[in-house]
Amino acid sequence: MYAHPFSYHRAKSLAEASKLLQQLGDESRVLAGGQSLIPLMKMRMARPTALIDINFVPGLSDIQSHNGELRFGALARHTDIEMSDAAAAIPILHDCAAGIADVQVRNQGTIGGSLAEADPSGDWGATLLALETSLQCAGPQGERSIKLEEFIKDAYTTALAHDELVREIIVKKPPRNSGGAYLAFKRSAPVYATVSAGVQVTLDGKDICKDIRVVLGSVGLTAIHATRAEDELRGKKIDGKAIQRAAEAAREAAEPQSDMRGSADYKRMLVAALVKRALGIAMRRARGERVEAEHEYVGR
Amino acid sequence: MLGVEKIAVRVRVNGELREAQVEPRTLLVDFLRENLNLTGTHIGCDTTYCGACTVLLNGRTVKSCTLFAPMADGGEITTVEGLSTDGALNPVQHAFAECHGLQCGYCTPGLLLSTVHLLNKNAKPTDKQIRKAIAGNTCRCTGYQNILKAIRMASDEMEKR
Repeated sequence: MYAHPFSYHRAKSLAEASKLLQQLGDESRVLAGGQSLIPLMKMRMARPTALIDINFVPGLSDIQSHNGELRFGALARHTDIEMSDAAAAIPILHDCAAGIADVQVRNQGTIGGSLAEADPSGDWGATLLALETSLQCAGPQGERSIKLEEFIKDAYTTALAHDELVREIIVKKPPRNSGGAYLAFKRSAPVYATVSAGVQVTLDGKDICKDIRVVLGSVGLTAIHATRAEDELRGKKIDGKAIQRAAEAAREAAEPQSDMRGSADYKRMLVAALVKRALGIAMRRARGERVEAEHEYVGR
Repeated sequence: MLGVEKIAVRVRVNGELREAQVEPRTLLVDFLRENLNLTGTHIGCDTTYCGACTVLLNGRTVKSCTLFAPMADGGEITTVEGLSTDGALNPVQHAFAECHGLQCGYCTPGLLLSTVHLLNKNAKPTDKQIRKAIAGNTCRCTGYQNILKAIRMASDEMEKR
C-alpha cells in the first residue's frame, strides 16, 4: 500500500523543522519514528502533502538523569528507554517501554512521537500521567514547558502549535518509598491495548497510602486520571476493602466504547481488574521488592 | 499528481553500498525488493503486524513496510540475503532447516532476522524471552513449536563456537 505522494524535507535542527512547518503550511507533518503515522498514511487516513523528517536531528535521543529529574530526548526509541538505567530505577517506565507493541516497533517508535500523536490508546500518556511529567517544546518564539496534563487536549490533539515540536520529556523521579506499575491488556503483542492501567503509589510505612495516582488508558478520548479512585486510598490504610472501592471508582471513571476490541462492559471489568493488579505490584515495588510485570496477551 | 521530486537514498546493504533515486513515499521494503532486487524480504500484511518484512537497520530489527526509504538513508541494512557466507548457512538458518522451523517459508526471512537480533543481544535466552522476541513475527503454518525449537538449537550452536 502506498501513501499519497508528499514532499520530503530533512531537518538538521528543531529550529529548521519549525521553520519548515511554517513554510509548508497546515498539511505538513513531522516524521519521527513513523510507527503510527506511516500506517495511517498507507491507509490514506492521513494525507500530509509534506513530511519533515527529524530523525537526522542530532542529540534528540539522549536519556539523562540529574537533580531528581529524568530527561528523555523526543527521539528516544522505546527500546532505548527499556534498556536505560532510568527504567531500571523506575519500574513503571520499564513496564511501558518493554510492553509497547513488539520488538521491531519498539526499535523504531519514539516517546516524543507517541505523546505528540496523542492516540487515546497510546501507552506513554497513560504511564507518564501517573508520574509528574512535563514536555519541553520548541517553536518559532523559542521554548516553553508544558505539563503533560495540559499537553494532552483531546483524542489526537495536543497543545502544540502547528510549528511547535517536542524536544524533551522531563519526568520527576518519585520518592524512595514510591512504586508504580503499568499494565496493558492486549489481544496480541503488536496491537494497541484493549485497556491499560497505570498506578504510582507512595507509602507511609507498610500500607498507608501517602499519595497515589491512578490512570486509565484506551477507555476514553484521552488517558483518564481516576481521581475518585485515588480519593478512596489517599491517606488511608490500603487493605482489601479499600482496594475494592478504588477499583470500583476506577470502573466508574472509565468511558469505554464498544468496538472490535470488546464491549464497553467487558472493558469496565478489565479496568477494575487491571487497577487492582497494578496497585498490588506498585505496593510491592514501593516496599523495595523486585517484581517483574508484563502486559497481558495471548501466547506471551 | 504534483510532480514530487525523486530523492537519492544510499544504504549499505549486506556490506555493499547501494543507491537509487526514489519517490519519498517508497517504503523501505519496496526499495529493497524493487530498486535493489533483493526479494528475500517479504511483504505479508503490509500493516505493521506480521513482521515478514523484518530487516536489521543499524543493528536493530525494524518492519521495513513501516519506514519510508529516505529514513534509512546512510544506514546499514542486513536482509536475509546477507545471512549466509559463501553459500554456507548461518547457524540460525541451519537450525530452522534442521528443526523444520518453517512450512511455507513466507514468514521465515523475518523470523530469521528477529532471531539473529535476539541472539546478538542475548546469547542464551529463556523460553519466555524467545517468545517475547518473536511476538512481532506471525507464522500461520507451524504453530511456533518448531520455531522455538530452532531458536533454542541456534542458541546452543552459537554457544559452542
